Amino acid sequence: MSAAAGAGTLTVNGDVLPVAGTATIGELLARLEVRPERVVVELNGTIHRRGEGLDQPVQPGDVVEIVHFVGGG
Amino acid sequence: MAAPTAVEDALVIGAVTLGSRLIHGTGKFASNEVLRRCLDAARPDMITLAVRRMGLQGGASELDDLDLASFTLLPNTAGATTVEQAVRLARLGRAAGLSDLVKVEVIGDEETLLPDPGATLEATRQLVAEGFTVLPYSSDDVVQCIRLYEAGAAAVMPLAAPIGTTMGVLNPTNIQLIIKKLPCPVIVDAGLGVPSDAARCLEWGAAGVLVNTAIARAQDPPLMARAFAEAVAAGRRAFLAGRATISLAAVASSPSQGLPGPAPQT
Repeated sequence: MSAAAGAGTLTVNGDVLPVAGTATIGELLARLEVRPERVVVELNGTIHRRGEGLDQPVQPGDVVEIVHFVGGG
Repeated sequence: MAAPTAVEDALVIGAVTLGSRLIHGTGKFASNEVLRRCLDAARPDMITLAVRRMGLQGGASELDDLDLASFTLLPNTAGATTVEQAVRLARLGRAAGLSDLVKVEVIGDEETLLPDPGATLEATRQLVAEGFTVLPYSSDDVVQCIRLYEAGAAAVMPLAAPIGTTMGVLNPTNIQLIIKKLPCPVIVDAGLGVPSDAARCLEWGAAGVLVNTAIARAQDPPLMARAFAEAVAAGRRAFLAGRATISLAAVASSPSQGLPGPAPQT
């Protein structure tokens, strides 16, 4: 579900989400039911190692990429 | 705990030591269960992985029930078509896997999936400068492989045939020249079809092979995984043993002396 990007929203993996009181990366992952030890988060172009950066603050307008390993050759 | 023992005839790439020279892909498997059974059968030390966005609806990772910690992980930059994309995927892979190994793959043509030589070379240079242990995926061009080695690649990965085709080694001469010319390990990647393809590469002196589709799309993937592992081990032993010299003239294997006399006339 995407809303229009703007005040009060985050862009997460290309989807626009309301900030809705989410203050940190850790809170964002918890809200998305993502286990922090399985993913890498890139916040506005800065990469945080797996399981790290959870206390980084997020604010409206931030661009977040959440990536993980998938099968590949 | 037992003291660590040296791995016999290990393949050393950067800081990692591999007992098995079969690098096992993890893509295109029918299920995680099939992949897990293949890994149990082939017992590789190194597996390849790709880095992708997490799905935000129902967040289970497709590799969640695999014990990734029991393998040396080789993240790839598959999906990259530019130097910038490859470097970014490599950084994300390092952050995910906590090691500096990366298989650099920069595709230059979307139909054949053949690698972009210039972008692969530049991405290799940049990632080496960033401290990565770089294993670039390459065409079977001898000079390109030499340039990748000169750029600091820890191992070079020439293709046998285009990705996923299972056609086997299309240019045996080039693969053998690459193995002969490069001081670093050569790992034949992409396009292998059957275990004898892999055995032949190891017999020529390839340091290893990377196999994915040939196992994942076999009729019985775990059985094929085991067959590849056995072929890789056999090919490596044959290389170490050293093949007999090819002779154009027939040379008898049985003694020419000591034949019994003529049969008595009856």
